Amino acid sequence: MSRWGFVGAALVAMVVWAPIVGAFEITKVTSPGGIKAWLVEDHKNPIITLRMTFLGGSSADPAGKKGLAYLASGLLDEGAGTLDSTAFQKALAEESISLSFDANTDSFSGGLTTLTETSEQAFNLLRLALTEARFDAEPMERIRGQILAGLRSRKENPNRIAGRVWWKAAFPDHPYGKPKRGTPESLASITPADLKGFTKRVFARDNLFIGVVGDITPDRLGAVLDEVFGALPETSSMPEIPDVEVDFSGDMMIVERPVPQSVVVFGHRGIAREDPDWYTATLLFEVLAGGFGSRLTEEIREKRGLTYGISAYPLPLDHSALIVGGVSTVNDRVAETIDLLKSIWARFGAEGPTDKEIRDAKDYVNGSYNLRFSNSGAIAGVLTGIQRQDLGVDYIERRPAIIEAITAEDLKRVAKRLFRAEDLTFVVVGQPTGVTATRTAPDPEG
Amino acid sequence: MALAVLALFLATPARAGVFEPTHFTLDNGLEVVVVSDHRAPVVTHMVWYRVGSADEPRGKSGISHFLEHLMFKGTDKLGPGEASKIIARIGGNENAFTSYDYTAYYQTVAPAKLETVMEIEADRMVNLRLTEDHVLAERDVVLEERRTRTDNSDAAKFREQVNAATYLAYPYRIPVIGWEHEIRQLNQDDAIAFYKRWYAPNNAILIVAGDVSADTVRVLAEKHYGPIPRREIAPRSRVDEPPHLAPRRLSMTSAQIGQARFARRYLAPSHGYGASEHKLALEVLTEILGGGTTSRLYRSLVFDGKLAVSAGSWYGGDDIGPSTFGFYGSPAEGKTVEDVEAAIDGEIAELLKDGVTEDEVASAIKRLTRSAIFARDSVTAPARIIGAALASGLTIEEIESWPERVATVTVDDVLAAARAVLKPERSVTSILLPEGAK
Repeated sequence: MSRWGFVGAALVAMVVWAPIVGAFEITKVTSPGGIKAWLVEDHKNPIITLRMTFLGGSSADPAGKKGLAYLASGLLDEGAGTLDSTAFQKALAEESISLSFDANTDSFSGGLTTLTETSEQAFNLLRLALTEARFDAEPMERIRGQILAGLRSRKENPNRIAGRVWWKAAFPDHPYGKPKRGTPESLASITPADLKGFTKRVFARDNLFIGVVGDITPDRLGAVLDEVFGALPETSSMPEIPDVEVDFSGDMMIVERPVPQSVVVFGHRGIAREDPDWYTATLLFEVLAGGFGSRLTEEIREKRGLTYGISAYPLPLDHSALIVGGVSTVNDRVAETIDLLKSIWARFGAEGPTDKEIRDAKDYVNGSYNLRFSNSGAIAGVLTGIQRQDLGVDYIERRPAIIEAITAEDLKRVAKRLFRAEDLTFVVVGQPTGVTATRTAPDPEG
Repeated sequence: MALAVLALFLATPARAGVFEPTHFTLDNGLEVVVVSDHRAPVVTHMVWYRVGSADEPRGKSGISHFLEHLMFKGTDKLGPGEASKIIARIGGNENAFTSYDYTAYYQTVAPAKLETVMEIEADRMVNLRLTEDHVLAERDVVLEERRTRTDNSDAAKFREQVNAATYLAYPYRIPVIGWEHEIRQLNQDDAIAFYKRWYAPNNAILIVAGDVSADTVRVLAEKHYGPIPRREIAPRSRVDEPPHLAPRRLSMTSAQIGQARFARRYLAPSHGYGASEHKLALEVLTEILGGGTTSRLYRSLVFDGKLAVSAGSWYGGDDIGPSTFGFYGSPAEGKTVEDVEAAIDGEIAELLKDGVTEDEVASAIKRLTRSAIFARDSVTAPARIIGAALASGLTIEEIESWPERVATVTVDDVLAAARAVLKPERSVTSILLPEGAK
């Protein structure tokens, strides 16, 4: 179904899909100026929520300027256009407008939530933040100081140390191995010119995905898109980031810290999002690590009380792919926990799931998908995510059949390919007993 | 299972005409609230019990949270963990949480599956069946949970110490998850005794929110919860806080702490304790002092003074027992907690002398009442807000009329509330320092 709508001079193209029975329709909106967004119109509450994603995140930070995207995410709402930091923050607060940005590994995201009655101001503030951020000296020093305080605060957190060391070991010579928040040295070197360079490179129309939910018509959204994003350059200019394989082969790294519970991060190479076996892999992880009833939780938590929580999931990045997991246990049960984990991992790789596990996992994965649509922000996030992965506007409709079509043979084959117990590489932070390091852990700093 | 929600739902109650819930009570005393929202094919089903860690017997700290975990260990009909597997197979998510004043269990499912989760939840309201080996393994899980949340973090251990110093007698002094040495002693008999003491339809609130009508919920609730007999439940009994006569001061120095932090809290009234007529004014006051980057404290300490990297205030007035009104700040590089404390002292002195302005009150009221509208934009948030409020003794009318009532707060009310609460002898000052720092 599709239709065309004219509003004044604004030509808005709309394609309406109804992917969820009785729930909501996704409207593909193209502005008169050619900017695209997906919209779920909903006039029940006088609220408009917009989420946007630009390709290009902290992995694109220039050498020596690690933390640039993260610092930018804190400064875009600290002064833009003729508004200095105080005026900009006041404009947001007085009208209860939420505007926030975040630097992710491969993308930079933003969100705007506003009442309908204040939406004109809200969209204008978003436009200013994206196109005319000032990066004045005062907010730069203040926000940089907050990030540095955050680094000091987290420095000795065992979870942070375990994560940093594991990622550094996984990507010794790649941007993925660097900390997204930067270091005191790299942060000190960032100038307003660097930040302006960042917005110029990243904020462009060719790498932008927009999802909107709430009290706005397609016609008005079309006009808004041109107003907010129309001044952005056509093309982004991101640096070339090389693809990289995680080359783990079963090492154990230990970082001694005086805590009663060891924090363990583990994993090995993974599977790309574009891989034809991706959905099969997600089903496997549902069986292995999908919370209560899954193999890891049953064996390690429920039967033996070894941990409060164990996780493992595939993490596809734009230039690599990982499987990563975490578990925490009292120091003198680390060896038992790791041995058990390895044997479950090996057996699952060799045998794959049982027929009953397959049925249950499919029922859960398909049955629970809609639960994520529980608020506007979550819906808008799914809209941008589907666009970013180029899955098509009918993805939500198609997805159940994709999951249902996965066979036991697929799952066995992919389990063999994916789960390599001998490659599982561990970082343990704490005072573990009964485990021996096989290589030196990289320095958690820098 | 599940998370002990240590943070309460602070000062975000529901707004008049915003949730428009349907509210009724079954013959057995089960209170039922329905909030229909048909945007997405999702329903959240929650059962709240009017019991929390502040109702635990002496020496049994952590039993309410431990029981919450054990509620997933089976009934006469279902084996341990079996209910969780059924809920997963129908595409549902579930969890539970424990706080000082309540314990809640919830599932989120497609509307067609509401009856299944209702059947499961009704079953374990009366038919819990435990075995010793499951109980002991789960106690280890809870001890691991305590290590994850608290024992691995000096900052978290310090929070426990500060909390224990804040209340001289009231049970909020004891951590929700329990003291480690007491958790280690908890057993099956303790759990069953606590269950029998508190779990009954007439001590519970059922909340269903999302894509469902009140009529449907009424029929299903009558069918599944209706047959559970009412039982005599002795009312909650909480000790009173004695007068606070001396300010308290705690500090901890740790190699694990990288950034100094200052905080000061004052014992404060809540809706159910003390001078509760000040509650709304305190909600307006904390919005003025600590509501984001335009607040007084952020402006004064962070933006103008360059003394701190962060600063703000808090107030939680929805507790059954005495609450706290607090201030916090983290010193900027080259500044000390003494600098931060002096600045916060200065702000408090100025507040007590001159009060707040008409503009400040008007702007705070506008933001607070608008936040009521945003609270509607979710299937789960209204259920959580209403559940926490009812389980803490508020009424639906109080939730629904909150925006109107908060809008009546005046500058005089705010000054009177500040003067009533911010008394040095009712304060606890806490300082967390990195090793080697001054």
